[in-house]
Amino acid sequence: MKEIKVLGSGCSKCIKTAEIISKVAAEVGTDVNVIKETNPEAIMNYGVMSTPAVVIDDQVVHSGSIPSQDAIRGWLKS
Amino acid sequence: MFEIFTQLADWLVYRLMGLSPDTKLGDALHFFVEDVSKIYVLLVVMIYLIALARASLNVERVRDFLAGRHRGVGYVLGSGFGAITPFCSCSSIPVFLGFTSAGIPVGITMAFLLTSPLINEVAVLLLMSLLGWKFTLLYVIVGMGVGILGGLFLDQIRAERWLQSFAQKALERGRQHQQPTQTGPVEKLAFSERHRFAKTETGEIFGRVWKWVIIGVGLGAALHGFVPDGWIETHLGDGQWWSVPAAVGLGIPLYSNATGVIPVMESLIVNGLPIGTTLAFCMSTVAASFPEFILLKQVMQWRLLAILFAVLLTAFTLVGWIFNLLTPFI
Repeated sequence: MKEIKVLGSGCSKCIKTAEIISKVAAEVGTDVNVIKETNPEAIMNYGVMSTPAVVIDDQVVHSGSIPSQDAIRGWLKS
Repeated sequence: MFEIFTQLADWLVYRLMGLSPDTKLGDALHFFVEDVSKIYVLLVVMIYLIALARASLNVERVRDFLAGRHRGVGYVLGSGFGAITPFCSCSSIPVFLGFTSAGIPVGITMAFLLTSPLINEVAVLLLMSLLGWKFTLLYVIVGMGVGILGGLFLDQIRAERWLQSFAQKALERGRQHQQPTQTGPVEKLAFSERHRFAKTETGEIFGRVWKWVIIGVGLGAALHGFVPDGWIETHLGDGQWWSVPAAVGLGIPLYSNATGVIPVMESLIVNGLPIGTTLAFCMSTVAASFPEFILLKQVMQWRLLAILFAVLLTAFTLVGWIFNLLTPFI
């Protein structure tokens, strides 16, 4: 089970990002646990300034926009 | 070059809908159609062109550039970047913390964040097309001035004392390790990448502001058609001193972004409201909004929030008074 965090202060783009990740994960059949991280201190500690950002296994893999489905598939494979 | 929009409005309102230019409704509707169509076309074209040019500018690079700058230039640069860097207002808090943890003084960070809602490419563009370059220049100078002086003041009173404690600690750590936090070398963008960025930006910004344009122009049209000619001028035209704080107060509960407020600004000025009073009202509407302030509570204590609010209201009132005094000389 992969743990995926979506960082962001609860704006609509962050919610969309979380939804699209869950959707793609369901399509490719990967078991994921998507968590929305809204705490500003936690976001700061990842060094992220542009939200929404995506963190997988404590690594920031994306920041500043809703990720594309292709990018999400790439993360889920590795 | 803008006549085409007048012709479009003539055709739609007078010919197709059969309204007479002499009726209030016809007049107001004509104004509405002309302005909305003009603004939409301008927005799409200009947002795209500007986005092409600034595709490689982002908050991370601004932070690296501002970190370790001398304070004097820091405020001016912070405010300048606030005007041109694109970022979503929902990112204000992460940006604030990102700057702070890089050891950038609170005043410079706030110069960036205060200027950002006041000035952006869409606002400048609308001002140019509706009110001319002189007024636009004035607006940009005043907007940056509020950011720069506001930031300077916050550092003078040592505002960092009233940050939330985790933010204070981050600032302290950032100051100690003032090594530049490089986000890596600037990658050269190919035109196709710039085009993709600009296309997304245009869609996104337009999607966000189109309704504000309708609301703003709608209000403007209502003012234009239904407020009796000369009413504003007779009652508020002399720039009575109390009208400025009253305008600022009226702007607080109203919330709009710069795009929505500019069409209203145009009709207020055309109807004879003095420039200072108009500026005060509009800046207060754009920059002093409760939802944004509540967000800042996550990183600031109440005391600092209250000070910041007071600073903004004072600044807008002063701007209004000064411009009303200066109007005869401009």
